[in-house]
Amino acid sequence: MPTATTQTNHVLLEVKNLSKSFRGLMAVQNYHVRLVEGEILGIIGPNGAGKSTVFNLFTGHLRPTDGSIEFRNIDITNAPPEEIASLGIGRTFQNIRLFGSMSCLGNVIAALQMKERQNLLEAVLNLSRFREQEKRLESQALALLALFNLQEQVNAPALSLSYGDQRRLEIVRALALNPRLLLLDEPTAGMNPHESAEVIRLIKRIHDDYTLTIIIIEHNMPLVMKVCSRIQVLNYGEIIAEGTPEKVRNDPRVIESYLGRAG
Amino acid sequence: MKQDRSTTIVSLAGIGLAFLALWLLHAFGGYYIERIVIGVGINLILVISLNLANGFTGLFSLGHIGFMAIGAYASAILTLPLSLKSTNLPDLPSFLARTQMAFLPAVLIGGLIAMLVAFLIGLSLMRLTGPYISVATMGFLVIVQVVLTNWDSMTRGARTFAGVPEYTNVWNVWIWAMLVLYIVWRIKFSSFGRKMMAARDNEIAARSLGINVVASRLLAFCLSAFFTGVAGALWAHFITAFSPKSFYFSQTFSVVTMLVVGGLGSLSGSVVGVMLITLLSEILRNAERGFAIGPLVIPEVYGASQVIMAILFVLFIVFRPRGLLGDAELDVRKFFKREKEVAG
Ligand SMILES: Nc1ncnc2c1ncn2[C@@H]1O[C@H](COP(=O)(O)OP(=O)(O)OP(=O)(O)O)[C@@H](O)[C@H]1O
Ligand SMILES: [Mg+2]
Repeated sequence: MPTATTQTNHVLLEVKNLSKSFRGLMAVQNYHVRLVEGEILGIIGPNGAGKSTVFNLFTGHLRPTDGSIEFRNIDITNAPPEEIASLGIGRTFQNIRLFGSMSCLGNVIAALQMKERQNLLEAVLNLSRFREQEKRLESQALALLALFNLQEQVNAPALSLSYGDQRRLEIVRALALNPRLLLLDEPTAGMNPHESAEVIRLIKRIHDDYTLTIIIIEHNMPLVMKVCSRIQVLNYGEIIAEGTPEKVRNDPRVIESYLGRAG
Repeated sequence: MKQDRSTTIVSLAGIGLAFLALWLLHAFGGYYIERIVIGVGINLILVISLNLANGFTGLFSLGHIGFMAIGAYASAILTLPLSLKSTNLPDLPSFLARTQMAFLPAVLIGGLIAMLVAFLIGLSLMRLTGPYISVATMGFLVIVQVVLTNWDSMTRGARTFAGVPEYTNVWNVWIWAMLVLYIVWRIKFSSFGRKMMAARDNEIAARSLGINVVASRLLAFCLSAFFTGVAGALWAHFITAFSPKSFYFSQTFSVVTMLVVGGLGSLSGSVVGVMLITLLSEILRNAERGFAIGPLVIPEVYGASQVIMAILFVLFIVFRPRGLLGDAELDVRKFFKREKEVAG
């Protein structure tokens, strides 16, 4: 969309007044965000605060009760997940969702192939264009897997990977979509401090290399503070604080509702 | 997943060997063996195409034999000699009463009609998941059965439809079987197969990548119905006389057993499943006529073979629910490599 960048000063995502209720339970209330291209936003908050629900609303896996979502100046408020993915939002899931029986390579190629069109007849006849396409997809997938240190496991079924490797594979798969906006839901959950630091380093790196815009949901405060230029704190579905890591860290309401409880 | 020249050579060699074996059986095997070889070929098509629908997409259709019936009746009606048409099917619409088609176009039309029906019911069925799809497709099987038994002018109702020209032989069946195996194999290792399997493994994740889950399931279902219809037509011209009851639960059970034993998603598994179950059921069928081991005399128990097959199926589901091969493929090269390593 050529107009997207010129008119609105590189605003990639504009969310207004977003709300979601589950049978009366307000999981998200009046959520809003304006995301500028290249930003890394952190979303933190206690369990059940509505963080994952926000992601599910962004990607069309849930329909909002109220509010609007614009991505690249296109209204995606009620769009289905497939359409939102093709517009350029990639994501990972808090409870990892890989294609378990497929190899790591297969998982990544399944995402990479979405930007290529294959013709059934060419595939069946195994024509050279098809074979070249497959080869290209494979080498691109291998490069991405190597970036996340998964080169040893390329042919292993996704389900056989360790927990940390599964999380990283899911990031690679989302990255393989070549998205404009990447949503990471607790990318370091269940990892040891060493692994977490490594993943955060990689997230920073892909942010720089691919000029990505990223939103991270994360419980690990020091890590969020390290990568994010801006942080939103959610509690009971509402934004209770927002700003730079310094500002958020010293906000009395954040300390009371979240940091205090976390110890 | 790598597909290189050596794979092609191995597959070509395999196909060559298969046809050599066919020729030997044809030349020296006699009538009984030849019938079995044709039956295996038809079952291969049925099981491989069922694998395309059920194994690749994970939606377990129990209605595919309905597509087989459609292919069989369509091709039978189209090829029935005109003299037989006027006596056996006097109420045919005139354009059908006047046509007698050749084998190949009739088979293709049988497949296409099955595919069209699959498309129409698939538009809504492919949105269902899990057990609902099995129940709904079984409903389809029942509907086909009812239509066949009541559409007297086309099918002679519940009576036997006889006199279908015996066009099917070892060669045309096995050419079709190899073709179907090849096409489905290529689909498995293309973006189409990956979409189907991704949606099977995790529908939400597949959608988050932009995969149109319903469309890719519909593709699998329609292609699968086409091949199943073709198999039905080939079977019609093999058996030459049948009735609606030929296309019901026992046929469904037989095909599903072969698929599940081989492994959902594995094409080499389907081949193994068909061979194994055919061999076993032939042995059991001969055994149920009664036999003697030394002084021990086993009397004839008709129907015992089906009971034993059913028990085996249950045991398989309990102890090896993913079948012999899961969804992996036999890799001949790996097999030889291991041999070499042991030798070296
Ligand atoms: N599909 C759903 N149906 C009903 N209630 C839901 C659904 N998804 C989330 N909820 C509820 O909405 C609230 C917010 O959940 P959400 O998963 O967004 O929280 P979260 O901030 O991601 O928490 P956590 O840190 O535990 O991941 C919770 O009370 C949860 O039980
Ligand atoms: Mg969450």
